[in-house]
Amino acid sequence: MGELKLMKGNEAIAEAAIREGVDAYFGYPITPQSEVLEYLMAEQPEKRTGMVVLQAESELAAINMVYGAAAVGKKVLTTSSSPGISLYQEGISYIAGAELPCVIANVVRGGPGLGTIQPSQADYFQTVKGGGHGDYKLFTLAPSSVQEMADFVSLGFEIAFKYRTPVMILSDGMIGQMMEKVELKEQKPRWTDEEIKKMHDKWATIGKTPDRERNIITSLNLDSAIQEKHNHKLQAKFRKMEAEEVRYELFNTDDAEYLMVAYGSSARIAQKSIALARAKGIKVGLLRPITLFPFPEKPLADLTPQLKGILSVELSAGQMIEDVKLAVQCKVRVEHYGRFGGMIHSPEEVLTAFEQTFIGK
Amino acid sequence: MKLQEIIKEENLVYKRTPLMTDNVLSYCPGCGHGTAHRIVMEVIEEMGVQDDTIGIAPVGCSVLAYDFMNIDMVQAAHGRAPAVATGIKRTWPDKFVFTYQGDGDLAAIGTAETIHACNRGENITIIFINNGIYGMTGGQMAPTTIEGMKTSTSPYGRDLQLMGNPLKITELVAQLPGTYFVARHSVHNPAAVRKTKRAVQKAFQIQKERKGLAFIEIVSNCNSGWKLPPVKANQWMVENMFPFFPPGDIKVDGELVKKE
Repeated sequence: MGELKLMKGNEAIAEAAIREGVDAYFGYPITPQSEVLEYLMAEQPEKRTGMVVLQAESELAAINMVYGAAAVGKKVLTTSSSPGISLYQEGISYIAGAELPCVIANVVRGGPGLGTIQPSQADYFQTVKGGGHGDYKLFTLAPSSVQEMADFVSLGFEIAFKYRTPVMILSDGMIGQMMEKVELKEQKPRWTDEEIKKMHDKWATIGKTPDRERNIITSLNLDSAIQEKHNHKLQAKFRKMEAEEVRYELFNTDDAEYLMVAYGSSARIAQKSIALARAKGIKVGLLRPITLFPFPEKPLADLTPQLKGILSVELSAGQMIEDVKLAVQCKVRVEHYGRFGGMIHSPEEVLTAFEQTFIGK
Repeated sequence: MKLQEIIKEENLVYKRTPLMTDNVLSYCPGCGHGTAHRIVMEVIEEMGVQDDTIGIAPVGCSVLAYDFMNIDMVQAAHGRAPAVATGIKRTWPDKFVFTYQGDGDLAAIGTAETIHACNRGENITIIFINNGIYGMTGGQMAPTTIEGMKTSTSPYGRDLQLMGNPLKITELVAQLPGTYFVARHSVHNPAAVRKTKRAVQKAFQIQKERKGLAFIEIVSNCNSGWKLPPVKANQWMVENMFPFFPPGDIKVDGELVKKE
């Protein structure tokens, strides 16, 4: 068993990054995720593992420092929160287009605009439906505990390097700020320069040696026919993720007549709502998507025949509900419930909304 | 004497560096970019560091620099090259890292990245091509367009009241404690080319010795954007740009050069 600690979600991401053997972190302060940079600066990981930590002058600079470090085959992490992630979008589009691996965490706060510093899940569209320009998909992991904040750092890098793609950890202010018990992994060594050369010399810009052609990291193809071919290659990667990388969790769905679909902090709340419903004899289950892209379409479609209704529970005005509807293809009624703008629904509020919607009281 | 007798190894006075690829340059005839590319590649070849050099191409006319420079290269988003270079150099300090940027990229949209990379003293080399215009997009006004200069977005000449002042970003970065060597040169004649090459050699040597950031501005021409034939463009540059952007060292060994 690994070391047990009581930590904030933001601290857990930072500590997990050091233990994962991450090479660099670049970031810019923004509430509610500044603890990541603060923890790293206090911890001085350059002394523990040689990991580089740098506070950038802006989110624009931070994401482009990530782009640079990723281009030379390094494991690089950045974190921010909603308005900062909006500024990352140009860089994320370039990273996706140039096929670079990196992990980005968004500790989401309420918007639009400067919004609020309280938790929200209103960045679902921005994350899953694009965000930046062009045809790309962002592999998205949604942690619902401090433990998953730590675990998804390793999983994120595994996916990022397997597909050479940016990975988003879509958290929120509640998961980032709350303290929970977390089991930390053993320290992994950072890759040596020789290991990076061995693994990534085919594509990384680590210096042209006489035995190979020069490597170029770019998202530019002025020849549209080549750009279309490149896009086909990207789409094939996204289809492979859809086929092989879907992750989700089911609670009380065996006999369920109704289903709640919720991710992240909303899934924690919905679990409690379901317990309250079950105590009243209402057979409700929960599907918690862990990957938002790829979305667990099939497991949702498979459950549909036994269901009388689905409630998509989100801390937003209703964003994931669109993917839930697409998955069930109008075969069952789908409704949304959620507080937003930084407000958090209680388990009782969710249950009341569920009963009013589907039971009729 | 027959031609074949002249073409001999011992008579060779110039050859193209193998660090330039065989691709035909996409720049307009007479443009200074080709010469500037060659200077940087010659210096890398002469230092024998091709294996360990990573270049960053900007957005602008030199966006395709990686088609011509036979080294590993990264193409950056508009203005962000110094941040990309920072990400590489910080994680791999043994590598030689340089950015190659135009005036719109470096001195307008990328002003923050330029100033902060210079101020942090990132141990990188910045090559800054200043031709006073946005060439790639068809000749719009740049941050370095001088007073009265006509461009497609200042068709009656740059009006300082309306459009603001041209920016001397090189003098600006020279004020920052993180810059170790700051110089301005040109590539319009052989003497200028030799001076530029010496400055670029010095810049890479400074990087090798980990002394800090070296920033080389190359005042250049844009025949197409300026709507002048190459020779006249260079004359116009000397007569009109040099008074505002005077060539010479601005900061040497971390000390500002005192003016007479």
